[in-house]
Amino acid sequence: MWVYEKKLEHPVRVTCPDVKFAKLVITQYGGPDGELSASLRYLNQRYSMPTNNAKAVLTDIGTEEMAHMEMIAALVYKLTEGASPAEYEAAGWAGQWVQHDHGLFWTDANGIPWSAKYIACLGDPITDLVEDMAAEQKARTTYEHLIAATDDPLVKGTLRFLWEREVVHFQRFGETLNSVQEWMGKAKHVWEGGAMEK
Amino acid sequence: MNVEKQMRLLRQIQEMEFVAIELNLYLDTHPCDQDGLNDYNCAIEKLDKLMSEYTAEYGSLLAQGFHGCKKWLWIEQPWPWEM
Ligand SMILES: [Fe+2]
Repeated sequence: MWVYEKKLEHPVRVTCPDVKFAKLVITQYGGPDGELSASLRYLNQRYSMPTNNAKAVLTDIGTEEMAHMEMIAALVYKLTEGASPAEYEAAGWAGQWVQHDHGLFWTDANGIPWSAKYIACLGDPITDLVEDMAAEQKARTTYEHLIAATDDPLVKGTLRFLWEREVVHFQRFGETLNSVQEWMGKAKHVWEGGAMEK
Repeated sequence: MNVEKQMRLLRQIQEMEFVAIELNLYLDTHPCDQDGLNDYNCAIEKLDKLMSEYTAEYGSLLAQGFHGCKKWLWIEQPWPWEM
């Protein structure tokens, strides 16, 4: 089960509200390579992982991604704090205001709502871990684009922390992939007539 | 390692934690209820005791807890869906 801690993993600060940038960064909330996708992808893949090390890594990174989702939510909150309908309109985000006002919603930067199609689970640990490594790289790239798209040094700082976490997650998934491959190398493979031992 | 004893202790933790969750939700909407607050504090005290008993023997239920001095016990089986 999960327990909530009433704090963020890392402080989230903005110099001043910026609805235009909120419209972009929302993709890390509800976009394909965002934090909701990451969290659900990893926590859902745990059940078909063969080693304790893989179960732990997916549990722990999946949990940290939930904390990142909360940081992005806090960032969007601060970027839109006190914004008027006219400011949403000027930022090209009038649709957000009309449908959700100041409420958050799971979409990407183009307004496309979150979908389970963004995540995969094939039940094969190699396939799934490679997907996870690709997902971390996609998130890293998106954070780089977002860092380039804002001039606010405080926002850049927050995004740089999240960017760096993707790099670490990629590293840990790579190590997990290696250990799972080693584990599978010892098992009798299906094409040798054996049931794949789990 | 005595698995039966571990499961029994875990069950006690689940029960006391559920008491705490129920009171937590109740207090969210009744923050001035002194009886509810006393019951909650009592449940937390019992829960803390059960938790330290469990942690000392089997390692923490939280990732950020004690997991031994010689080996990182956190990754050890059983995971919740395997119990
Ligand atoms: Fe990540």
